Amino acid sequence: MTTAPVLSLNNIHKAFGGVVAIQDFSLELFPGEIVALVGDNGAGKSTLIAIVSGLHRPNSGEILLDGETVSLSDASSARSRGIEVVYQDLALANDQPVYMNMFLGRELTRKPLGLLDKARMRSETQTMLDQLDVHIPSARSKVRDLSGGQRQGVAIARATHWASKLILLDEPTAALGVAETAKVEEIVASLKERNLAILIVSHSLDQVFRLSDRICVLRRGEQIGVRSTPETDKNEIVSMITGVHA
Amino acid sequence: MEAVLSRIKRLDLQRSVIYFGFLAIFLFFAATLHNDGFLTTRNLTNIVLQTAPATIMAIGLVFALSAGEIDLSFGSIVAVSALAAAVAMQNGPMVFGVVAGLGAGVLIGAFNGVLVAYLRLPSFLVTLATLGLFAGIARSMTDLRSIPVINDAFTGFFGSGKLLGVPSLVIWTGAAVAIGHVLYRYSRFGAHVLAVGDNARAAQVSGIKVPRIRLLVLTLCGATAGLAGLLYAGRLQAAKYTLGESDLMTVIAAVIVGGTALNGGKGSIIGALLGSLMMGMLNNGLILMGLKVSDQMIVRGVIILVAVAVSLRDTRR
Ligand SMILES: Nc1ncnc2c1ncn2[C@@H]1O[C@H](COP(=O)(O)OP(=O)(O)OP(=O)(O)O)[C@@H](O)[C@H]1O
Ligand SMILES: [Mg+2]
Repeated sequence: MTTAPVLSLNNIHKAFGGVVAIQDFSLELFPGEIVALVGDNGAGKSTLIAIVSGLHRPNSGEILLDGETVSLSDASSARSRGIEVVYQDLALANDQPVYMNMFLGRELTRKPLGLLDKARMRSETQTMLDQLDVHIPSARSKVRDLSGGQRQGVAIARATHWASKLILLDEPTAALGVAETAKVEEIVASLKERNLAILIVSHSLDQVFRLSDRICVLRRGEQIGVRSTPETDKNEIVSMITGVHA
Repeated sequence: MEAVLSRIKRLDLQRSVIYFGFLAIFLFFAATLHNDGFLTTRNLTNIVLQTAPATIMAIGLVFALSAGEIDLSFGSIVAVSALAAAVAMQNGPMVFGVVAGLGAGVLIGAFNGVLVAYLRLPSFLVTLATLGLFAGIARSMTDLRSIPVINDAFTGFFGSGKLLGVPSLVIWTGAAVAIGHVLYRYSRFGAHVLAVGDNARAAQVSGIKVPRIRLLVLTLCGATAGLAGLLYAGRLQAAKYTLGESDLMTVIAAVIVGGTALNGGKGSIIGALLGSLMMGMLNNGLILMGLKVSDQMIVRGVIILVAVAVSLRDTRR
């Protein structure tokens, strides 16, 4: 691969008071690849996602987007640079219709009064969902009335629509059944074709091996290593996660 | 499928509670009181005139509740605004009164808003405290005295005047409802208010400035209470510290019955209008029925309780 990395993390360090959550973490993400971030509870995965999405500032280290050093001071600054996040709790407004969630904070308006262009938001929402093959009763449906898989689909479709560089997914299938998990995996896999870089946090090694191109292992904030998925196996990853050699 | 069907039924019911309630009360009084003048144009117009201040405050409250906040202080804001306007017009033109009255409302609302949005104090407690605080200030402003408003331009504009035969209070109500409805349903601000009340974290990670929305809805509440104060002063041609004192229950009931959720993310301006008119019809009808004041209060309390219970069963989940 000769393309330049979309995201480079160099020697990222983050501590909460005395607790070191991430130390000396470095990783490059390339367009069109899926990298899985694995590790036990408390390893620092969500903290890393929060750093890249602008919710936490690292204590030291640098973040480069397309080779340029950036400072991500809040969620808006990450979003405006083409980084989208599918949070573990999805960050959807349950009593609002799907189309308003799709455009949350970026509502389309119509001249001359600047009023909401609901018709266009609805039709664009339908297009986004169709493209990812997410089926919901209607763009007008309230999020509350959707199944867990449908909500996840909506959250991923939203991220996909607005992301131009990078999508971060924090345990996107943790709350889903077998069929819905398969569906979400299918959607995530299809994002590669859009040339986006994808960083996915997952506790399911089966899933990680099905989806990812590379696997990055964290243990208690320490980066244990990065492996190319076809060149490793579950035993190796498990021993990296736990620190116990089989 | 069944779940979906029952969901649809429930949604429809929730939307129509206020329409049914409104219609039922109207038909009941129309049937029982048609000999007592309930149905006359004059009486029906009177109901709209009397409810104008409450309707306008209800609009502010819909925004606050939808954003997950509440304002309990608007009754005191009404009194302070009306008194400020009356005092300002003792030696000055109408514009002094308007600026003083609306200004007082906006400032008090913003004061509530800053405490809630930036110090993250619960709006319930902040506005309960400012309700008392400004009730006291209203009393001390003029030593409990009532201040007459003799500015004809003002009393016409905010009270007894007419435009093309339509009473000014009807126009104020119509304009406030129309603007409120468009702002609520068709503006980005309205969408952000609903998002903040629905899921503040989701709103925040979506780039919505959550504290700013909280500040704005409470300031809007203050502004609507200020306008209500001007309307009271215009209609009664006087201002007194008691103005707005009894509106708290009426306005909250109107908003809840009108389909606005107590915990944010859901509401209706048209519903609040109907809710407010329903409260007005209730007052009017019970008086026409010849009930003693104490009985009126009891009957009204019971009906509000039932209406709120029915509405909340459908808005709360
Ligand atoms: N805001 C915070 N304040 C203090 N400590 C924190 C904070 N966020 C995370 N930590 C600590 O940092 C460490 C890493 O937490 P993190 O949430 O990133 O783990 P994780 O790998 O996502 O775990 P899980 O698999 O359970 O989601 C933990 O020790 C946690 O207690
Ligand atoms: Mg986590």
